[in-house]
Amino acid sequence: VSGGLNAPRLRAPRSARAGEVVEIRALVEHPMETGIRTDGRPGPARDMLTRMTVRVNGEVALQAELRNGMSPNPYHVVFLRIERTSEVEFVFADERGRTTRASARIAVG
Amino acid sequence: MAGTTRRAALGAAIALVALPFAAAAQEEAVAAAIREQVGDAPAEEGGITLRAPAVAENGAQVPLTVVVDSPQTAAQHVTAIHLFATRNPTPGIASWRLTPLLARAEVQTRIRLAEEQRVIALAQMSDGTLRRAAVEIRVTTGGCLS
Repeated sequence: VSGGLNAPRLRAPRSARAGEVVEIRALVEHPMETGIRTDGRPGPARDMLTRMTVRVNGEVALQAELRNGMSPNPYHVVFLRIERTSEVEFVFADERGRTTRASARIAVG
Repeated sequence: MAGTTRRAALGAAIALVALPFAAAAQEEAVAAAIREQVGDAPAEEGGITLRAPAVAENGAQVPLTVVVDSPQTAAQHVTAIHLFATRNPTPGIASWRLTPLLARAEVQTRIRLAEEQRVIALAQMSDGTLRRAAVEIRVTTGGCLS
């Protein structure tokens, strides 16, 4: 299920040379409410993306546990070595088990 | 009048006692969060860089980069990078589990800081060693954490 969550936005090159290191940027719009914000009155309920998984051609390259100190609209930049035409996928999951994903194809040759 | 003065004095006394107590509790929370991720392994300084602005305008969006010196091969790579805030309501920021598929042992992200504080990065290496870096960040506007 992915109802309600915004899809991540990825920035990746469309093509690369074999063996090239490419920069991938990922931004996902999300309030990342910790549930501990009060301002004197009860604040917004907890609503956090807590898992991020980056896969290259289905293989896990990076996994993250995101905690209260992450900014709203989590943003990441990572570097991958691309050996062949590759599908790079970012998946985010919240604590209610909802997920949202996006992928980018990087062509080689 | 006298009652007010006494109450004020009592309040001040409580604040004086409570402040170091709160600081100690916060320190313990940070130590516990670190232990939970990496156990009691001693950390070496060096081989890891934590880049962040000395002064962050907006505590809700503090840009931060962690770079670890590592060839990122199957035999020798970073297995995890952990970030901790020393003066947020809770110390956890994130843990990234790396694989050699990541060409560089580098993560750039944005974090949230409630106030001026030290941020600690720990890197676990595939040979079992642990590296540590820390940076002091001043915050102009806090990150709406409490």
